Amino acid sequence: MAYAHAAGAHDDLAAHEEHRPHGWRRWVYATNHKDIGTMYLVFAGIMFFIGGFLAMLIRLELFKPGLQFFDPLFFNSLTTMHALIMIFGAIMPAWTGLANWQIPMQVGAPDMALPRLNNFSFWILPFAFTLLLATFFVPGGAPAGGWTMYPPLMLQGGAAFPMTIFAIHLMGASSILGSMNVIVTILNMRAPGMTLLRMPLFVWSWLITAYLLIAVMPVLAGAVTMLLTDHFFGTTFFTAAGGGDPVMFQHIFWFFGHPEVYILILPAFGIISEIIPTFSRKPIFGYEAMVYAIASIAFLSFIVWAHHMFTVGMPLAGQLFFMLTTMLIAIPTGVKVFNWCATMWKGSLTFEPPMLFAVSFLFLFTIGGLSGVMLAIVPADFQYQDTYFVVAHFHYVLVPGAIFGIIGGVYYWLPKWTGRMYDQTLGKWHFWLSAIFVNVLFFPQHFLGLAGMPRRIPDYAVQFTDWNMVSSIGGFGFGLSQLLFPYLIWKCIKHGTPIGNRAWEGAHGLEWELPSPPPFHSWETPPSEAVLAHAAVH
Amino acid sequence: MSKVAAAAALLPFAAAVRADSGWGLLNMTPGVTDISRKIYDLHMEVFWICVGIAVVVFGWMIWSLIAFRKSKGAVADTSLVHNTRVEIIWTALPVFILIAMAVPAARTLVDIEDTRNTELTIKVTGFQWGWNYDYLDDGVNYFSRLDRASDAARQLLSGIDPASVPNYLLNVDHPLIVPAGVKVRLLITGADVIHSWWVPAFGLKKDAIPGFINELWFRVDPDKTGLYRGQCVELCGRDHGFMPIVVDVRSKADFSAWLKATAAEQKQAAANAPAATPATG
Repeated sequence: MAYAHAAGAHDDLAAHEEHRPHGWRRWVYATNHKDIGTMYLVFAGIMFFIGGFLAMLIRLELFKPGLQFFDPLFFNSLTTMHALIMIFGAIMPAWTGLANWQIPMQVGAPDMALPRLNNFSFWILPFAFTLLLATFFVPGGAPAGGWTMYPPLMLQGGAAFPMTIFAIHLMGASSILGSMNVIVTILNMRAPGMTLLRMPLFVWSWLITAYLLIAVMPVLAGAVTMLLTDHFFGTTFFTAAGGGDPVMFQHIFWFFGHPEVYILILPAFGIISEIIPTFSRKPIFGYEAMVYAIASIAFLSFIVWAHHMFTVGMPLAGQLFFMLTTMLIAIPTGVKVFNWCATMWKGSLTFEPPMLFAVSFLFLFTIGGLSGVMLAIVPADFQYQDTYFVVAHFHYVLVPGAIFGIIGGVYYWLPKWTGRMYDQTLGKWHFWLSAIFVNVLFFPQHFLGLAGMPRRIPDYAVQFTDWNMVSSIGGFGFGLSQLLFPYLIWKCIKHGTPIGNRAWEGAHGLEWELPSPPPFHSWETPPSEAVLAHAAVH
Repeated sequence: MSKVAAAAALLPFAAAVRADSGWGLLNMTPGVTDISRKIYDLHMEVFWICVGIAVVVFGWMIWSLIAFRKSKGAVADTSLVHNTRVEIIWTALPVFILIAMAVPAARTLVDIEDTRNTELTIKVTGFQWGWNYDYLDDGVNYFSRLDRASDAARQLLSGIDPASVPNYLLNVDHPLIVPAGVKVRLLITGADVIHSWWVPAFGLKKDAIPGFINELWFRVDPDKTGLYRGQCVELCGRDHGFMPIVVDVRSKADFSAWLKATAAEQKQAAANAPAATPATG
């Protein structure tokens, strides 16, 4: 009924389009999924460069032993803020931006289900991050207790402490609202005939991610609120002297924190599952297995949290339980990697920039996955825990994992969004520089960790100098290479060559049935069964 | 003299002696205890399994990338979208690989958690920023902090070349002294925030948590006397990077003599102190 109405009102909608806000109002009052998606992506890009700048300051201080630039407390602020900005400011908003742009187009809907909520969930973010970044200028400096915020150390924070917690509350509210919107859109706005098991895998990965977010963001909010009341209102949730338990915070935090790492990576699985079939000119191998693998990973993410804290002194049975559940994650993750490989097998492969990022994701994410299996082995983890080996591991899954997934997704859909093809040679330069420097940056950190260098230290013993220098050079190279990305996007918007509906020869999915750039209200009339069949992803 | 040379050769950070040798530091130390060697073996076993998996998976990927290029005329086989048999195989096969890793890991873990029959108990308290060692049964108690030479060199723009400081950031004023060949139990706690006690050569680390007491034990091989170095590994504030751990492992006889002399010395010092100061137990 609603669709029939929408179809009949087509001309009204076109007329309505003329009345939509222009200038600054277009953005501040935005309710359109593409405008909001663009704002999310631009915001994530800005945060990526701020967080990356902090990372380069960290690598600058670690270039050689001795303290050359920063007080150790400021160094701790750098690592803390780098993590908070990259996780909550860059990766998560980038995924929400991609969801906003793609989900309505991919399920055959005119827009997201809850447009005003969509506006609100975006506009919370600039306030949250203004508050967080402002902590650099308050007495005591930015938070320096690590992004994990373990008490009692976190409770020693100065004016930054309550500001950080309120900023996290705002980010959490934004994520929960955004996730509700994604779930409602996917479950209610699909075109007739677009059954759940016909949806593209990016939509599936986001549906599951959204449930994870709704499940765990309130847990984080609870944990930081208890920190707040411990500091200001005399409670002792995490103070042993008052009957509390500092380790309880870690349990609550990681009950949020482990699903959180899958929140950061699952949409990347979705993107890779879009890109690899397109450039292999072959449907995804084992579509249903891919869906079930994502769901299994999401389920397991709730029962592995204490593997982040094997050294806190858990009972033997607890250590064994968390070791075994953690190892189980390798099985669905393996299924995904094997299915991606099988998708390329007997394909017809070409290597445009999105495919290059997707292929390097396969290699480098697998390295991160294998070091993850090593970290699950509790006795060995007693050696790895809190060393650079862990830093190397999670950066391998987050940088060539999540970040390459985001960059690959932008390269994949940028022609659709702008209606123009970008400079692919420049995109390939961006890829090769990123792929080489990311390994120069993070691979030596495995060596440093195994040789005994702890993480989160501003200065180190001289035998760690050589590999730290290599890592820093990789860091500067990686950071500078990323400047190509905004330039390429600007050049694409200004000077790109116009393209048709289907930017890539092998691309399937409803978004490629729309013109490039797509109309303001993506699918004003739902796609017909013939269009759905033509766009089928598997 | 030969003892000093042997100790130097066995130091986990012996490479620090030669400033240009950092390139060779690529792997975990096998350490000097039975447990640390078991952990090292487990680490290497899992590492080689991972290398094997990587060779197979990366080989498959590289083969596909080379063999199925469109530029070489590859035509996509679009019927190849599902194969129940191979999908069951590559779901089940990892289970067996994981079991092969989990069984030895669980065995080692059981050994690590066996805290029976310890012969010496030392309470270790982490504080911002150093360690306190308390020999509970012998009345010996002292603090251990970053040594002065490192502390001078590590100041912002100190002008002192860290390479000129022996064991820069890995040296303390008073190391923890323990006997070789004895099962030593550490009771670990924190005074202010959470710290974590780690000496790589002993294979283990344990968090020092205020209000809680954690247990950790090690038995250094009788012939592996010498100095072993580590650091605090839980972020504990401004000087987290500057609270190293040094353990001086001595022969049983040397240790007993030291303990006796130090206990007497500390008792004397306590007796000489003004009456208002309570004697340390």
